[in-house]
Amino acid sequence: MSYYEEEDLGRFGEVGRHRPDLFEKFMAWYQACQEDGALSRREKALIGLAVAHALQCPYCIDAFSQSCLEAGSNMEQMTEAIHMASALRGGASLVHGVQAHNSVNKVSM
Amino acid sequence: MSRQTLPVIGGDAPLRAPADFGEKLAAHGLSPRAAGVEVLQVNVGKLCNQACKHCHVDASPRRTEVMPAEVAEQVLEAVRRFRFPVVDITGGAPELNPNFRRLVTESRRLGSRVMVRHNLTVMFEPGQEDLPEFFRGHSVEVVSSLPYYLGRQTDAQRGPGVFDKSIEALKRLNAAGYGRGDGLTLDLVYNPVGAFLPPPQGSVEADFKRELLARHGVTFDRLYTITNMPIRRFLEYLRRSGNEERYMRRLVDAFNPAAVEGLMCRTTLSVDWTGRLYDCDFNQMLGLGVDGSLPQTVAEFDPERFEGRMVATGAHCFGCTAGAGSSCGGAVVKS
Ligand code: SF4
Ligand code: SF4
Repeated sequence: MSYYEEEDLGRFGEVGRHRPDLFEKFMAWYQACQEDGALSRREKALIGLAVAHALQCPYCIDAFSQSCLEAGSNMEQMTEAIHMASALRGGASLVHGVQAHNSVNKVSM
Repeated sequence: MSRQTLPVIGGDAPLRAPADFGEKLAAHGLSPRAAGVEVLQVNVGKLCNQACKHCHVDASPRRTEVMPAEVAEQVLEAVRRFRFPVVDITGGAPELNPNFRRLVTESRRLGSRVMVRHNLTVMFEPGQEDLPEFFRGHSVEVVSSLPYYLGRQTDAQRGPGVFDKSIEALKRLNAAGYGRGDGLTLDLVYNPVGAFLPPPQGSVEADFKRELLARHGVTFDRLYTITNMPIRRFLEYLRRSGNEERYMRRLVDAFNPAAVEGLMCRTTLSVDWTGRLYDCDFNQMLGLGVDGSLPQTVAEFDPERFEGRMVATGAHCFGCTAGAGSSCGGAVVKS
Protein backbone atom coordinates (compact mmCIF):
# COMPACT_ATOMS: atom_id res chain seq x y z
CA MET A 1 0.00 0.00 0.00
CA SER A 2 1.17 3.48 -0.77
CA TYR A 3 0.28 6.57 1.20
CA TYR A 4 -1.55 7.96 -1.85
CA GLU A 5 -4.51 5.94 -3.20
CA GLU A 6 -6.40 7.15 -6.28
CA GLU A 7 -9.77 6.48 -4.64
CA ASP A 8 -8.87 8.72 -1.70
CA LEU A 9 -9.38 11.80 -3.85
CA GLY A 10 -13.08 10.88 -3.99
CA ARG A 11 -13.10 10.86 -0.17
CA PHE A 12 -11.94 14.47 0.06
CA GLY A 13 -15.36 15.40 1.49
CA GLU A 14 -14.60 13.38 4.62
CA VAL A 15 -12.25 16.15 5.67
CA GLY A 16 -15.40 18.24 6.14
CA ARG A 17 -16.75 15.95 8.86
CA HIS A 18 -15.06 18.18 11.39
CA ARG A 19 -15.59 21.92 11.10
CA PRO A 20 -17.82 21.55 8.02
CA ASP A 21 -18.25 25.32 8.01
CA LEU A 22 -14.59 25.77 7.17
CA PHE A 23 -14.66 23.00 4.58
CA GLU A 24 -17.70 24.50 2.86
CA LYS A 25 -16.03 27.89 2.71
CA PHE A 26 -12.98 26.30 1.19
CA MET A 27 -15.02 24.36 -1.41
CA ALA A 28 -17.01 27.41 -2.47
CA TRP A 29 -13.83 29.41 -2.85
CA TYR A 30 -12.00 26.59 -4.63
CA GLN A 31 -14.80 26.12 -7.13
CA ALA A 32 -15.34 29.84 -7.72
CA CYS A 33 -11.65 30.22 -8.52
CA GLN A 34 -11.97 27.79 -11.40
CA GLU A 35 -14.92 29.42 -13.19
CA ASP A 36 -14.49 31.42 -16.37
CA GLY A 37 -13.51 34.95 -15.45
CA ALA A 38 -10.85 37.34 -16.69
CA LEU A 39 -8.98 34.07 -17.28
CA SER A 40 -10.66 31.18 -19.06
CA ARG A 41 -11.30 27.81 -17.41
CA ARG A 42 -8.68 26.41 -19.73
CA GLU A 43 -6.01 28.87 -18.57
CA LYS A 44 -6.95 28.25 -14.96
CA ALA A 45 -6.71 24.49 -15.41
CA LEU A 46 -3.20 24.92 -16.84
CA ILE A 47 -2.23 27.08 -13.86
CA GLY A 48 -3.67 24.39 -11.59
CA LEU A 49 -1.63 21.73 -13.35
CA ALA A 50 1.56 23.77 -13.04
CA VAL A 51 0.98 24.49 -9.35
CA ALA A 52 0.13 20.84 -8.74
CA HIS A 53 3.54 19.92 -10.09
CA ALA A 54 5.29 22.57 -8.07
CA LEU A 55 3.56 21.16 -4.97
CA GLN A 56 4.08 17.60 -6.21
CA CYS A 57 0.57 16.69 -5.08
CA PRO A 58 -0.52 13.45 -6.82
CA TYR A 59 -4.22 14.16 -6.19
CA CYS A 60 -3.98 17.58 -7.78
CA ILE A 61 -1.88 16.27 -10.67
CA ASP A 62 -4.53 13.63 -11.39
CA ALA A 63 -7.43 16.05 -11.08
CA PHE A 64 -5.86 18.86 -13.09
CA SER A 65 -4.58 16.57 -15.84
CA GLN A 66 -8.19 15.55 -16.41
CA SER A 67 -9.43 19.14 -16.08
CA CYS A 68 -6.89 20.31 -18.66
CA LEU A 69 -7.99 17.66 -21.16
CA GLU A 70 -11.64 18.44 -20.54
CA ALA A 71 -10.97 22.14 -20.96
CA GLY A 72 -9.42 21.45 -24.38
CA SER A 73 -5.68 21.53 -23.71
CA ASN A 74 -3.36 19.04 -25.36
CA MET A 75 -0.24 17.33 -24.05
CA GLU A 76 2.10 19.84 -25.68
CA GLN A 77 0.38 22.71 -23.86
CA MET A 78 0.21 20.78 -20.60
CA THR A 79 3.87 19.86 -20.84
CA GLU A 80 4.80 23.50 -21.37
CA ALA A 81 2.87 24.38 -18.20
CA ILE A 82 4.76 21.66 -16.30
CA HIS A 83 8.06 23.00 -17.62
CA MET A 84 7.08 26.48 -16.43
CA ALA A 85 6.49 25.15 -12.91
CA SER A 86 9.71 23.16 -13.00
CA ALA A 87 11.75 26.02 -14.43
CA LEU A 88 10.49 28.30 -11.69
CA ARG A 89 11.34 25.74 -9.04
CA GLY A 90 14.78 25.33 -10.57
CA GLY A 91 15.26 29.08 -10.98
CA ALA A 92 14.06 29.78 -7.47
CA SER A 93 16.74 27.43 -6.15
CA LEU A 94 19.40 28.72 -8.45
CA VAL A 95 18.81 32.39 -7.70
CA HIS A 96 19.59 31.58 -4.05
CA GLY A 97 23.09 31.02 -5.30
CA VAL A 98 23.39 34.79 -4.84
CA GLN A 99 22.72 34.25 -1.12
CA ALA A 100 25.48 31.68 -1.03
CA HIS A 101 27.79 34.11 -2.79
CA ASN A 102 26.83 36.79 -0.27
CA SER A 103 27.56 34.44 2.63
CA VAL A 104 30.85 33.38 1.20
CA ASN A 105 31.85 36.94 0.37
CA LYS A 106 31.06 38.01 3.90
CA VAL A 107 33.50 35.58 5.44
CA SER A 108 36.11 35.68 2.72
CA MET A 109 39.13 37.98 2.56
CA MET B 1 -7.75 -1.18 -47.24
CA SER B 2 -5.83 -1.37 -44.04
CA ARG B 3 -6.74 -4.42 -41.98
CA GLN B 4 -6.47 -4.15 -38.25
CA THR B 5 -7.72 -6.66 -35.80
CA LEU B 6 -8.84 -5.47 -32.45
CA PRO B 7 -9.03 -7.91 -29.58
CA VAL B 8 -12.39 -8.26 -27.91
CA ILE B 9 -11.79 -7.96 -24.21
CA GLY B 10 -14.44 -7.86 -21.58
CA GLY B 11 -16.87 -9.71 -23.85
CA ASP B 12 -20.49 -8.84 -23.32
CA ALA B 13 -20.29 -8.24 -19.60
CA PRO B 14 -22.88 -5.60 -18.74
CA LEU B 15 -21.76 -2.04 -18.31
CA ARG B 16 -21.34 -1.12 -14.65
CA ALA B 17 -22.49 2.34 -13.57
CA PRO B 18 -22.78 3.79 -10.08
CA ALA B 19 -26.39 4.91 -10.73
CA ASP B 20 -29.50 3.89 -12.67
CA PHE B 21 -30.30 6.12 -15.65
CA GLY B 22 -34.08 5.79 -15.36
CA GLU B 23 -33.98 6.62 -11.65
CA LYS B 24 -31.72 9.58 -12.30
CA LEU B 25 -34.21 10.97 -14.83
CA ALA B 26 -37.12 10.34 -12.47
CA ALA B 27 -35.30 12.11 -9.62
CA HIS B 28 -35.24 15.20 -11.84
CA GLY B 29 -38.89 14.79 -12.83
CA LEU B 30 -37.89 13.73 -16.35
CA SER B 31 -38.87 10.77 -18.47
CA PRO B 32 -37.23 9.22 -21.53
CA ARG B 33 -39.92 10.13 -24.04
CA ALA B 34 -39.37 10.93 -27.68
CA ALA B 35 -41.08 13.95 -29.22
CA GLY B 36 -41.48 12.62 -32.77
CA VAL B 37 -39.36 11.52 -35.69
CA GLU B 38 -37.64 14.33 -37.54
CA VAL B 39 -34.48 12.46 -38.43
CA LEU B 40 -34.32 8.99 -39.90
CA GLN B 41 -30.82 7.76 -39.20
CA VAL B 42 -29.98 4.93 -41.54
CA ASN B 43 -27.07 2.71 -40.59
CA VAL B 44 -26.26 0.88 -43.81
CA GLY B 45 -23.88 -1.57 -42.15
CA LYS B 46 -20.67 -2.21 -40.29
CA LEU B 47 -18.26 -2.36 -43.22
CA CYS B 48 -15.63 0.38 -42.96
CA ASN B 49 -12.21 1.02 -44.46
CA GLN B 50 -11.02 1.96 -40.94
CA ALA B 51 -11.11 0.22 -37.55
CA CYS B 52 -10.96 3.08 -35.04
CA LYS B 53 -10.20 2.29 -31.43
CA HIS B 54 -13.26 4.07 -30.06
CA CYS B 55 -15.78 2.86 -32.66
CA HIS B 56 -19.14 2.10 -31.04
CA VAL B 57 -20.19 0.24 -34.18
CA ASP B 58 -17.20 -2.12 -34.05
CA ALA B 59 -16.86 -1.42 -37.77
CA SER B 60 -13.90 -2.62 -39.81
CA PRO B 61 -12.88 -3.81 -43.27
CA ARG B 62 -13.68 -7.37 -42.20
CA ARG B 63 -17.32 -6.83 -41.31
CA THR B 64 -19.84 -8.29 -43.71
CA GLU B 65 -23.08 -6.76 -42.39
CA VAL B 66 -24.21 -4.55 -45.27
CA MET B 67 -27.74 -3.30 -45.97
CA PRO B 68 -29.10 -5.17 -49.01
CA ALA B 69 -31.01 -3.48 -51.86
CA GLU B 70 -34.42 -4.68 -50.66
CA VAL B 71 -33.96 -3.05 -47.24
CA ALA B 72 -32.67 0.14 -48.89
CA GLU B 73 -35.92 0.15 -50.89
CA GLN B 74 -37.96 -0.23 -47.70
CA VAL B 75 -36.10 2.74 -46.25
CA LEU B 76 -36.80 4.79 -49.36
CA GLU B 77 -40.44 3.76 -49.28
CA ALA B 78 -40.67 5.11 -45.73
CA VAL B 79 -38.98 8.35 -46.83
CA ARG B 80 -41.43 8.58 -49.74
CA ARG B 81 -44.47 8.07 -47.51
CA PHE B 82 -43.49 10.06 -44.47
CA ARG B 83 -41.10 12.70 -45.88
CA PHE B 84 -38.68 12.81 -42.95
CA PRO B 85 -37.18 16.30 -42.80
CA VAL B 86 -33.70 14.76 -42.44
CA VAL B 87 -32.18 11.48 -43.61
CA ASP B 88 -28.89 10.88 -41.83
CA ILE B 89 -26.80 8.11 -43.41
CA THR B 90 -24.15 6.40 -41.35
CA GLY B 91 -22.23 3.13 -41.02
CA GLY B 92 -19.40 1.89 -41.06
CA ALA B 93 -18.35 3.90 -44.02
CA PRO B 94 -21.75 4.23 -45.72
CA GLU B 95 -20.20 5.03 -49.09
CA LEU B 96 -18.96 1.43 -49.34
CA ASN B 97 -22.53 0.16 -49.50
CA PRO B 98 -23.59 -0.43 -53.13
CA ASN B 99 -26.98 1.18 -52.39
CA PHE B 100 -25.50 4.31 -50.86
CA ARG B 101 -25.76 6.59 -53.87
CA ARG B 102 -29.33 5.54 -54.57
CA LEU B 103 -30.31 6.27 -50.96
CA VAL B 104 -28.81 9.74 -51.24
CA THR B 105 -30.17 10.59 -54.68
CA GLU B 106 -33.68 9.38 -53.97
CA SER B 107 -33.94 10.93 -50.50
CA ARG B 108 -32.86 14.26 -51.95
CA ARG B 109 -35.34 13.94 -54.80
CA LEU B 110 -38.06 13.31 -52.21
CA GLY B 111 -37.14 16.56 -50.51
CA SER B 112 -35.27 15.41 -47.38
CA ARG B 113 -32.09 17.05 -46.20
CA VAL B 114 -29.41 14.40 -46.42
CA MET B 115 -26.51 14.17 -44.00
CA VAL B 116 -23.70 11.70 -44.54
CA ARG B 117 -21.33 10.59 -41.77
CA HIS B 118 -18.28 10.59 -43.99
CA ASN B 119 -15.00 9.36 -42.52
CA LEU B 120 -12.85 11.29 -45.06
CA THR B 121 -10.37 8.49 -45.82
CA VAL B 122 -12.96 6.44 -47.71
CA MET B 123 -12.53 8.98 -50.49
CA PHE B 124 -9.27 7.20 -51.38
CA GLU B 125 -10.85 3.77 -51.77
CA PRO B 126 -11.33 2.47 -55.33
CA GLY B 127 -14.29 4.05 -57.11
CA GLN B 128 -14.81 6.72 -54.42
CA GLU B 129 -12.59 9.48 -55.80
CA ASP B 130 -15.57 11.46 -57.13
CA LEU B 131 -17.28 11.66 -53.72
CA PRO B 132 -16.80 15.45 -53.31
CA GLU B 133 -18.51 16.03 -56.66
CA PHE B 134 -21.23 13.50 -55.84
CA PHE B 135 -21.88 15.21 -52.50
CA ARG B 136 -21.95 18.62 -54.13
CA GLY B 137 -24.26 17.41 -56.92
CA HIS B 138 -26.86 16.45 -54.32
CA SER B 139 -26.18 19.17 -51.73
CA VAL B 140 -25.34 16.52 -49.16
CA GLU B 141 -24.40 17.84 -45.72
CA VAL B 142 -21.09 16.24 -44.85
CA VAL B 143 -20.26 15.40 -41.22
CA SER B 144 -16.75 14.07 -40.70
CA SER B 145 -14.81 12.84 -37.70
CA LEU B 146 -11.50 14.44 -36.97
CA PRO B 147 -10.74 13.77 -33.31
CA TYR B 148 -8.03 16.37 -33.15
CA TYR B 149 -6.25 18.99 -35.22
CA LEU B 150 -2.90 17.29 -34.60
CA GLY B 151 -1.77 14.09 -36.27
CA ARG B 152 -0.56 12.19 -33.24
CA GLN B 153 -3.86 12.21 -31.39
CA THR B 154 -5.91 11.52 -34.52
CA ASP B 155 -3.76 8.58 -35.59
CA ALA B 156 -3.76 7.18 -32.04
CA GLN B 157 -7.51 6.78 -32.30
CA ARG B 158 -8.18 6.20 -35.98
CA GLY B 159 -5.03 4.41 -37.17
CA PRO B 160 -1.61 5.30 -38.58
CA GLY B 161 -1.67 7.70 -41.52
CA VAL B 162 -5.35 8.59 -41.07
CA PHE B 163 -4.64 12.20 -40.17
CA ASP B 164 -2.68 13.00 -43.34
CA LYS B 165 -5.29 11.34 -45.53
CA SER B 166 -8.07 13.15 -43.68
CA ILE B 167 -6.40 16.51 -44.30
CA GLU B 168 -6.03 15.69 -47.98
CA ALA B 169 -9.72 14.73 -48.12
CA LEU B 170 -10.71 17.97 -46.37
CA LYS B 171 -8.72 19.92 -48.96
CA ARG B 172 -10.61 18.14 -51.73
CA LEU B 173 -13.93 18.91 -50.05
CA ASN B 174 -12.90 22.55 -49.69
CA ALA B 175 -11.91 22.60 -53.36
CA ALA B 176 -15.38 21.28 -54.23
CA GLY B 177 -16.87 24.24 -52.33
CA TYR B 178 -17.53 22.54 -48.99
CA GLY B 179 -16.94 24.28 -45.68
CA ARG B 180 -16.46 27.69 -47.23
CA GLY B 181 -19.60 29.26 -45.84
CA ASP B 182 -21.47 29.29 -49.17
CA GLY B 183 -24.12 26.71 -48.47
CA LEU B 184 -22.27 23.41 -48.81
CA THR B 185 -22.00 22.22 -45.22
CA LEU B 186 -18.88 20.51 -43.92
CA ASP B 187 -19.06 19.90 -40.19
CA LEU B 188 -16.38 18.16 -38.16
CA VAL B 189 -16.76 15.93 -35.15
CA TYR B 190 -14.36 16.02 -32.21
CA ASN B 191 -14.32 13.26 -29.69
CA PRO B 192 -11.89 12.85 -26.82
CA VAL B 193 -8.88 10.66 -27.50
CA GLY B 194 -9.29 8.80 -24.23
CA ALA B 195 -11.42 8.42 -21.14
CA PHE B 196 -12.39 12.02 -20.49
CA LEU B 197 -15.24 14.37 -21.37
CA PRO B 198 -15.08 16.71 -24.35
CA PRO B 199 -14.14 20.36 -23.77
CA PRO B 200 -16.70 23.13 -24.34
CA GLN B 201 -17.70 22.97 -28.01
CA GLY B 202 -17.19 26.66 -28.73
CA SER B 203 -13.67 26.83 -27.40
CA VAL B 204 -12.41 23.72 -29.16
CA GLU B 205 -14.13 24.78 -32.39
CA ALA B 206 -12.13 28.01 -32.28
CA ASP B 207 -8.92 25.97 -31.83
CA PHE B 208 -9.73 23.71 -34.76
CA LYS B 209 -10.62 26.65 -37.03
CA ARG B 210 -7.44 28.55 -36.19
CA GLU B 211 -5.08 25.58 -36.33
CA LEU B 212 -6.47 23.81 -39.40
CA LEU B 213 -6.40 27.05 -41.34
CA ALA B 214 -2.89 28.00 -40.20
CA ARG B 215 -1.34 24.55 -40.58
CA HIS B 216 -3.20 23.17 -43.59
CA GLY B 217 -5.30 25.94 -45.17
CA VAL B 218 -8.44 23.90 -44.37
CA THR B 219 -11.82 25.45 -43.49
CA PHE B 220 -15.06 23.95 -42.21
CA ASP B 221 -18.41 25.11 -40.83
CA ARG B 222 -19.08 23.81 -37.32
CA LEU B 223 -17.36 21.50 -34.91
CA TYR B 224 -19.46 19.09 -32.88
CA THR B 225 -18.07 17.67 -29.67
CA ILE B 226 -19.22 14.13 -28.98
CA THR B 227 -18.69 12.11 -25.81
CA ASN B 228 -17.23 8.63 -26.26
CA MET B 229 -20.01 6.17 -25.51
CA PRO B 230 -19.20 3.23 -23.25
CA ILE B 231 -20.22 0.74 -25.93
CA ARG B 232 -18.36 -1.90 -27.90
CA ARG B 233 -14.77 -0.95 -28.77
CA PHE B 234 -14.60 2.04 -26.45
CA LEU B 235 -15.96 -0.06 -23.59
CA GLU B 236 -13.35 -2.69 -24.37
CA TYR B 237 -10.72 0.03 -24.19
CA LEU B 238 -12.11 1.23 -20.84
CA ARG B 239 -11.92 -2.29 -19.48
CA ARG B 240 -8.49 -3.01 -20.87
CA SER B 241 -7.09 0.20 -19.43
CA GLY B 242 -8.81 -0.15 -16.04
CA ASN B 243 -10.89 2.99 -16.65
CA GLU B 244 -14.44 1.67 -16.71
CA GLU B 245 -15.35 2.56 -13.15
CA ARG B 246 -13.71 5.95 -13.21
CA TYR B 247 -15.22 6.92 -16.57
CA MET B 248 -18.73 5.85 -15.58
CA ARG B 249 -18.38 7.76 -12.31
CA ARG B 250 -17.31 10.80 -14.33
CA LEU B 251 -20.34 10.48 -16.63
CA VAL B 252 -22.75 10.03 -13.73
CA ASP B 253 -21.25 12.89 -11.71
CA ALA B 254 -21.51 15.15 -14.75
CA PHE B 255 -25.22 14.28 -15.30
CA ASN B 256 -26.89 17.42 -16.61
CA PRO B 257 -30.70 17.43 -16.57
CA ALA B 258 -30.66 20.31 -19.07
CA ALA B 259 -29.21 17.93 -21.66
CA VAL B 260 -32.26 15.64 -21.61
CA GLU B 261 -34.44 17.96 -23.69
CA GLY B 262 -31.95 17.83 -26.58
CA LEU B 263 -31.20 14.10 -26.54
CA MET B 264 -30.87 12.60 -29.99
CA CYS B 265 -33.51 9.94 -29.29
CA ARG B 266 -36.13 12.68 -28.78
CA THR B 267 -36.27 13.37 -32.51
CA THR B 268 -34.37 10.54 -34.20
CA LEU B 269 -35.28 7.04 -35.23
CA SER B 270 -32.49 4.66 -36.16
CA VAL B 271 -32.73 1.81 -38.65
CA ASP B 272 -30.15 -0.94 -39.01
CA TRP B 273 -28.88 -2.80 -42.07
CA THR B 274 -31.66 -5.38 -41.74
CA GLY B 275 -34.43 -2.77 -41.44
CA ARG B 276 -34.95 -3.05 -37.66
CA LEU B 277 -35.78 0.08 -35.68
CA TYR B 278 -34.03 1.53 -32.63
CA ASP B 279 -34.26 4.74 -30.65
CA CYS B 280 -30.69 5.68 -31.58
CA ASP B 281 -27.55 4.30 -33.18
CA PHE B 282 -26.11 3.44 -29.75
CA ASN B 283 -29.10 1.31 -28.81
CA GLN B 284 -28.78 -0.27 -32.24
CA MET B 285 -25.26 -1.42 -31.42
CA LEU B 286 -26.51 -2.87 -28.14
CA GLY B 287 -29.38 -4.68 -29.87
CA LEU B 288 -31.84 -2.66 -27.76
CA GLY B 289 -34.84 -2.25 -30.10
CA VAL B 290 -37.73 0.21 -29.90
CA ASP B 291 -40.47 -0.43 -27.34
CA GLY B 292 -41.98 -3.90 -27.86
CA SER B 293 -45.48 -2.52 -28.39
CA LEU B 294 -44.34 -0.62 -31.51
CA PRO B 295 -43.69 -1.80 -35.08
CA GLN B 296 -40.16 -3.21 -35.13
CA THR B 297 -39.14 -2.65 -38.75
CA VAL B 298 -38.90 0.27 -41.14
CA ALA B 299 -41.32 -1.51 -43.49
CA GLU B 300 -44.02 -1.25 -40.79
CA PHE B 301 -43.14 2.24 -39.57
CA ASP B 302 -46.07 4.46 -38.65
CA PRO B 303 -45.20 7.98 -37.43
CA GLU B 304 -48.28 8.41 -35.26
CA ARG B 305 -47.41 5.39 -33.16
CA PHE B 306 -43.89 6.65 -32.61
CA GLU B 307 -44.89 10.09 -31.38
CA GLY B 308 -44.31 10.36 -27.65
CA ARG B 309 -42.92 6.81 -27.48
CA MET B 310 -40.97 5.64 -24.45
CA VAL B 311 -37.29 5.34 -25.30
CA ALA B 312 -35.34 2.27 -24.22
CA THR B 313 -32.51 3.49 -21.98
CA GLY B 314 -29.60 2.02 -20.06
CA ALA B 315 -26.40 2.90 -18.26
CA HIS B 316 -24.77 3.91 -21.58
CA CYS B 317 -27.23 6.83 -21.78
CA PHE B 318 -25.16 8.66 -19.15
CA GLY B 319 -22.80 9.33 -22.06
CA CYS B 320 -25.48 11.52 -23.68
CA THR B 321 -26.29 13.55 -20.56
CA ALA B 322 -22.82 14.27 -19.19
CA GLY B 323 -21.68 17.89 -19.07
CA ALA B 324 -23.01 19.83 -22.03
CA GLY B 325 -24.62 16.63 -23.33
CA SER B 326 -23.78 14.79 -26.50
CA SER B 327 -25.64 13.82 -29.62
CA CYS B 328 -24.85 13.23 -33.26
CA GLY B 329 -25.16 17.01 -33.54
CA GLY B 330 -22.61 17.59 -30.78
CA ALA B 331 -23.20 19.27 -27.43
CA VAL B 332 -26.88 19.77 -26.74
CA VAL B 333 -26.59 22.50 -24.12
CA LYS B 334 -25.09 25.60 -25.67
CA SER B 335 -22.93 27.68 -23.40
S1 SF4 C 1 -15.52 5.32 -36.05
FE1 SF4 C 1 -16.31 5.59 -38.13
S2 SF4 C 1 -14.50 5.53 -39.44
FE2 SF4 C 1 -13.90 4.66 -37.47
S3 SF4 C 1 -14.22 2.44 -37.69
FE3 SF4 C 1 -16.09 3.29 -36.80
S4 SF4 C 1 -17.42 3.68 -38.56
FE4 SF4 C 1 -15.32 3.45 -39.35
S1 SF4 D 1 -27.93 6.45 -25.80
FE1 SF4 D 1 -29.65 6.69 -27.21
S2 SF4 D 1 -31.45 6.26 -25.98
FE2 SF4 D 1 -29.77 6.69 -24.57
S3 SF4 D 1 -29.97 8.88 -24.15
FE3 SF4 D 1 -28.50 8.62 -25.82
S4 SF4 D 1 -29.73 8.89 -27.68
FE4 SF4 D 1 -31.16 8.47 -26.00
